[in-house]
Amino acid sequence: MRDASPAKTYALHIGVIALLFALNFVLPDYHQGLFARIMALAVFAMGYNLLFGYVGLLSLGHAMFFSAGLYGAGLTVHHLGWGVPEAFIAGVACGALLALVIGLLALRTTGVAFLIVTMMFAQVFYLLILYFAAWTGGDQGLVIQQAARVVSIGGASLDLTNPTVRYMSALAMFAIVLLITLAIVRSRFGRVLVAIRENEERTKMLGYDTGANKLAAVVASGAICAASGAAYALLFGYVGSSFAGVQYSILPLLWVLLGGAATTLGPLVGTLFMYYVTDITSGFTSAYLLIVGVALILLVLFFPKGILGSIRQRWLGWLP
Amino acid sequence: MHFGPHLLLAALEGLVTSAVLALTALGLSLVFGVMRVVNVAHGEFFMLGAVLAWAISTAIAGHPAVGFVAALAIAPLLVGLVALIAERLVLRRLNYNPEGTIVATIGMLYIIQQLALTFYGPEARPVEPPFSYRILLPWFGYSGYKLSVVAASAILLVITWLVLTRTKIGLIMRATQYDRETAQAFGIPVERVYAGVFAVGAMLAAIAAVLIVPISQAHYLMGQDPLLLSFIVVIIGGLGSLRGTVVAAILIGLSDGIVSMFFSPTLAKIIATLVVAMVLVFRPQGLFGTTQR
Repeated sequence: MRDASPAKTYALHIGVIALLFALNFVLPDYHQGLFARIMALAVFAMGYNLLFGYVGLLSLGHAMFFSAGLYGAGLTVHHLGWGVPEAFIAGVACGALLALVIGLLALRTTGVAFLIVTMMFAQVFYLLILYFAAWTGGDQGLVIQQAARVVSIGGASLDLTNPTVRYMSALAMFAIVLLITLAIVRSRFGRVLVAIRENEERTKMLGYDTGANKLAAVVASGAICAASGAAYALLFGYVGSSFAGVQYSILPLLWVLLGGAATTLGPLVGTLFMYYVTDITSGFTSAYLLIVGVALILLVLFFPKGILGSIRQRWLGWLP
Repeated sequence: MHFGPHLLLAALEGLVTSAVLALTALGLSLVFGVMRVVNVAHGEFFMLGAVLAWAISTAIAGHPAVGFVAALAIAPLLVGLVALIAERLVLRRLNYNPEGTIVATIGMLYIIQQLALTFYGPEARPVEPPFSYRILLPWFGYSGYKLSVVAASAILLVITWLVLTRTKIGLIMRATQYDRETAQAFGIPVERVYAGVFAVGAMLAAIAAVLIVPISQAHYLMGQDPLLLSFIVVIIGGLGSLRGTVVAAILIGLSDGIVSMFFSPTLAKIIATLVVAMVLVFRPQGLFGTTQR
């Protein structure tokens, strides 16, 4: 049904990436920094969306994949003195490996039990970070020095603490992950995932190995979230246990619900929207959590499909 | 102190934890069992009970027992009212859809927590116990109030069990739990049962909180640990099984008391959480539960 307009779809995604590229040169300093952060976290939301939106698995433990990337990158730089590219790869590998183990265990359960199991594994991960405070810095966290955040390619060196370099690095990762997600969604694999969401028994009966497909989705989702975490550590230079707390498992759920589950651009829209709502309201009130709470309830009551989900339903049926 | 008395002290502390935990987890278990709703805001109803207990007992002058009894009577009713409103405004409109209600109760969690922070503040505040009688054992003195908490909890659990198994209300609840649609076809007002169960579940948590608040203190973040522990108890006991819930609460409470007296509390939590997660993975019906429907 969506294949009717592949050109339109690609044009839209390239357009969004081009727009973000152009914004770098127009945005004031403060908003440039905010956008870099939003793009890095939107990747986290995209990873969450792959599992929640397309496979329909509600996890409350994705903070562990994000922080696996965060610590995988942060600790190798801090303790082993690794360079930025190696540390990034280490972060993603940690997330993928953790996702594989968690997936093998948690996928034995379904529905509510899946949610509770993922939440508990994430809690264990969080407590482990606190327990090994000697290496992880515990709830104080670790600051990654500026000198460790410089990439040298050939003769040129890129300083990730420079705002423009940071923005462009975040955009590059965002663009790559966005195109990967789009490719997954349009592929045979993506369609099987949606089929599992709609009716797992029937998909199984049609001869698909739903278990293997779900496991692959968990690993892909975990790796993408870890990429976001690794990039966050390297771009913003801070690693801390608060990123592993249950709140960071709920935030991607909120962003995805807000932007529209099972839409490729929804995670970006949701993250962007929520960040700016928080940013604007923080001028009037410190009750940030109240806004999150009210937003969650209103969304689930009145816009269960989110912003892009509603747009797709009303006007743009071809939106991926 | 020698090892024996030390162990006895740890066991007594664990028993108090178990008593409070059993009540809180029973509330969660009822809501899940009858309504199939995972109430993530359950810990916040617990916290709300404790905070209201502080507010009521400080508003009433005179002997601490008067304030405490007033808190024990009023705080759970107020929490029940809040739960009833939440059920009417949100859960019913979602038609008790499992995933929708999870997201909505996460929202409630944040709203209640933030309101408590705004109006009550970040301080931890104590409530004076209604009496301060100490029972003198040969090795150490032990708070009589703590033992009365265990007794109060036991009485409440027995009452709940009697209501569930011996009264018409209990029969209606069990019928709704067993098969919602058939129950409705037989003229049971399912929506009112749901509203009542949700309120009662929240009230059980609030009662547990009022009982514990003279021992620990009221704090706006105090709902997180009871929530996770209640989840653990409900899972180990088997979802929706009252007997399993009580047994699991005693098991978890005692082992928590004993383990955290001899090991680092973080390590104890890590092991406990991991063990429970594994139970859920490999024995989803719980240790005592029968097969899920």
